[in-house]
Amino acid sequence: MYDAPKTAESTVSQNEIKFDCRDCQVWYGDTHAIKDVNIQIEDNTVTSFIGPSGCGKSTFLRCLNRMNDTIDVARVEGQFLLDGEDIYDRKVDPVQLRAKVGMVFQKPNPFPKSIYDNVAYGPKIHGMAKNKAELDEIVERALRRGAIWDEVKDRLDQPGTGLSGGQQQRLCIARAVATEPEVLLMDEPCSALDPIATALVEELIDELRTRYSVVIVTHSMQQAARVSQKTAFFHLGNLVEFGDTGEIFTNPNDPRTESYITGRIG
Amino acid sequence: MPLFWLILAVLGVALAGFILGRSRALGHAGGDSRGLHSLPNYYGWNVALKIMVPAFGLLVVWLLLQPLYITSQISEMIPEASVADGGSLGLVLAEVRRAAEGLDAAVASGAMTEEFARDVRADFADVTQRLKDAGQIVTGTITQPILNAAQSYRIMTATGNMAMSVAVLVLALAGLAWGLRQTGVSFRARNVVETSVRALLIAAASVAILTTVGIVLSLVFNTVEFFRLYPASEFFFGTNWAPSFSGRGGASDLGVIPLLWGTFYISIVALLVAVPIGLFAAIYLSEYASSRVRSIAKPAIEVLAGIPTIVYGLFALLTVGPLLMEVFGKEGLGWMQSGTSVMTAGLVMGIMLIPFVSSLSDDIINAVPQAMRDGSYGLGATQSETIRQVVLPAALPGIVGAILLAASRAIGETMIVVLGAGAAARLELNPFEAMTTVTAKIVSQLTGDADFASPEALVAFALGMTLFVLTLGLNVFALFIVRKYREQYE
Repeated sequence: MYDAPKTAESTVSQNEIKFDCRDCQVWYGDTHAIKDVNIQIEDNTVTSFIGPSGCGKSTFLRCLNRMNDTIDVARVEGQFLLDGEDIYDRKVDPVQLRAKVGMVFQKPNPFPKSIYDNVAYGPKIHGMAKNKAELDEIVERALRRGAIWDEVKDRLDQPGTGLSGGQQQRLCIARAVATEPEVLLMDEPCSALDPIATALVEELIDELRTRYSVVIVTHSMQQAARVSQKTAFFHLGNLVEFGDTGEIFTNPNDPRTESYITGRIG
Repeated sequence: MPLFWLILAVLGVALAGFILGRSRALGHAGGDSRGLHSLPNYYGWNVALKIMVPAFGLLVVWLLLQPLYITSQISEMIPEASVADGGSLGLVLAEVRRAAEGLDAAVASGAMTEEFARDVRADFADVTQRLKDAGQIVTGTITQPILNAAQSYRIMTATGNMAMSVAVLVLALAGLAWGLRQTGVSFRARNVVETSVRALLIAAASVAILTTVGIVLSLVFNTVEFFRLYPASEFFFGTNWAPSFSGRGGASDLGVIPLLWGTFYISIVALLVAVPIGLFAAIYLSEYASSRVRSIAKPAIEVLAGIPTIVYGLFALLTVGPLLMEVFGKEGLGWMQSGTSVMTAGLVMGIMLIPFVSSLSDDIINAVPQAMRDGSYGLGATQSETIRQVVLPAALPGIVGAILLAASRAIGETMIVVLGAGAAARLELNPFEAMTTVTAKIVSQLTGDADFASPEALVAFALGMTLFVLTLGLNVFALFIVRKYREQYE
C-alpha cells in the first residue's frame, strides 16, 4: 500500500495514478456526449468534475464504473485503465468492477431495508464476512467512516428511509465504503442536502481521501474549491482544462474555464 | 306527459336557464366579464343546476313513491276471497297491473273508448272479450273486483302522472326564477358550481358503497331464511353434499365442507401455476426484456385476459383433460378416472390467471424507482441479486395485491370448474379426482327447478355469503401481511 504524505496539496501530484483514461468517447444513440477525453485520476485525491449542465461530467463519471452499461443506447470507446487494466476489457466483470469502484448518487437512495441491512447489503453479496460478528464489525466500521455511527447506533433495525436527507446520504456513503472500494464516485452528492448536511458530507469526503481515490461531480464551484485537490472542467463533452484546484480557480489557462468560474457561461 | 318528454322539458328549461343566466350576469356587468365575480358560464351553470337538481330530485322521489302509494290503495279494494283464489296478494296485484296495461293499450289502439275503459259498471266478461279481440294478453279471465281495481289503478296512475308532470315543471320554473334572482355582479357562482361538483363526486362514490351494502343485505336476508329451514351446524360442519332433487320433501345433506375443500384445492392448484409463471414473466418483461420484446410480449400475454372463461372451460374439457388422461389415466399411471378433475380445472384456471399476476406485477416492478437499482448495481450486485433483494421487497405489497386479486378470481371462477372439474362434491386428497366448488354449486342449486323457498334453493345464498366472508377475510389477512412486511421506498 502507498503511504506517502497524503494531505498537503503540494504533494498531491506525487500520488499514484489510479485511473488513466485515454481518448474516451461516449455516444448516446447519435449524440456524441464525450469527446476525446484524456484524464489521469490520482489515488488518495479528491478530483472534482465541474461544468455546466449537460456537459458530460456525470456521463464520464458513470463510465468509470461501467454504470452506462445499464443504458441500452450508450456506447463507450477508448481506454479506461484502472491500475493499468482496461475496465472495458472482455475479461473484466462489471459486477466485480463496481464493487471496486463504488458510487454515491445525486439523490440519497437507501434501500427500503433497515439501516443495518443497507450497509450489510454489499458485504453480504460479496461474501466479505464469515459470520455475523464479522458482519457487525464491517457494518460498524462503515457507519463510522460514513460519520453517521453515533446517530444511528441505537436504531440499526429501523428503516434507512426514515432518516433525514443528510443522514440518508451519509448512510449511502457508508453503504458504498462497506464493500472496501478503491475508488469512490460521487454524482452531485450534496445537491439534495441543506447547508449543514452538506458541510458534514464535505468533511466526510475529506476524510475519505486518506483511503480512497474520490471523484466528485458538483455544480457548486465553492464545493469543488473546498473539497478537491484536482479539478476538471468539462464543456460540451470536451475536457477543457484539468489541473490543481488552486490553479484552475485562480489562474485558469482556458478562457472558457475563466468564463465559467466567474459565472459568465453555464 | 310521458316521462321522456318531461325529462326533455326540464332539460330545455335548464338550457334556457343557462343562456338567460349567462346573459343576465353579463348584462349586470355591462357586457364586461371582468366586472363579474365568476366567469359568465358559471352563472349559466348555477341557474341550470338550480333548475335540474330539485326537478329531477322530485321526479325520482315521485317515481319511487307513487307505485307504493297506489299499490297500498289498490290492495284495500281487493277482497280477501280473490286473494285466496289468486294464490297471494302479489300475484293478484300483478294481475291488476296487467289488466290496467291491457286497457291502456286497447284505448290507445282504438278498440275501446276512454269512457268505456273507465266505466265502473262495465261487465268483466265483456271487457275480457274486448281485450282479447284487441290482441292483449289476458291470463285467465278478469274477475269483477280485479277489473274494478284495474280501472281505479289506471285512473290513479293517470292523475298521479299528471300531478307529477305539473309539480316537476313548476319546480323547474321556480328554480329558474330563483337562479336568475341570485345572478348579480357579486354573486359567487363559481363556488356554487364547485360545491355541486363535489356533491356529484360524493354521489358517485356512495352509489358504489350502497350497492355493496345492498348486495350484502340481500345475501344476509336470504341466508337467515335458509338457516331457519336448515340447521347451521349441519351446513358448516357437514361433510356430505347431497341435495335431494325431488324438490320439496326428501332429506338433503347440505354440508359446505366438501365444496369449500374443492374451491380451495382448485384455487391452490391454479395459484401454484399462475403465481410463479406470472411473476417470472413480469420480472423478465420489466427487467430483462428489451423494449422491442416488451412491446410485443406484454400485449400478447394480456390477450389471455381477454379470452372468455367459457373458452378456457372448453380448452379444459377438450384438450387439457384428455392430455392428462393420457399420462395419469388408466393407460398411464392409473390415478385418474375421467378427464374432469381438480388438476384439469386448476391448470387451466392457472393459465387464465397468468396475465392478472404478470400484468399487475409488471406495473408494480416498473414503479420501483431506478435509483434503487442503480444503488444496488453501484455496489456490485448482479441483476438477479438486485431483483431478489431490492426490487422485489420494494414491490412486495403490490405483488401480494396482485396475487390476492388472482386468488379471488380463482375462488369466484365458475365456468372452468363446471366444464373442467366435474360436478361431484367430494372430500378427497387426490388431485386427479373430480370435485366441485362453491360457485359451481350455487349455479346448479339456483338453476334447478326447486321451489325458491326450499332449503335446496336458499342454500345458494348461504354459500354465497360464506364465499363473501372468506374472500373478505382473505383481503383483511393480506392487508395485514402487507402492512407488516412492506418496505417503503418513499
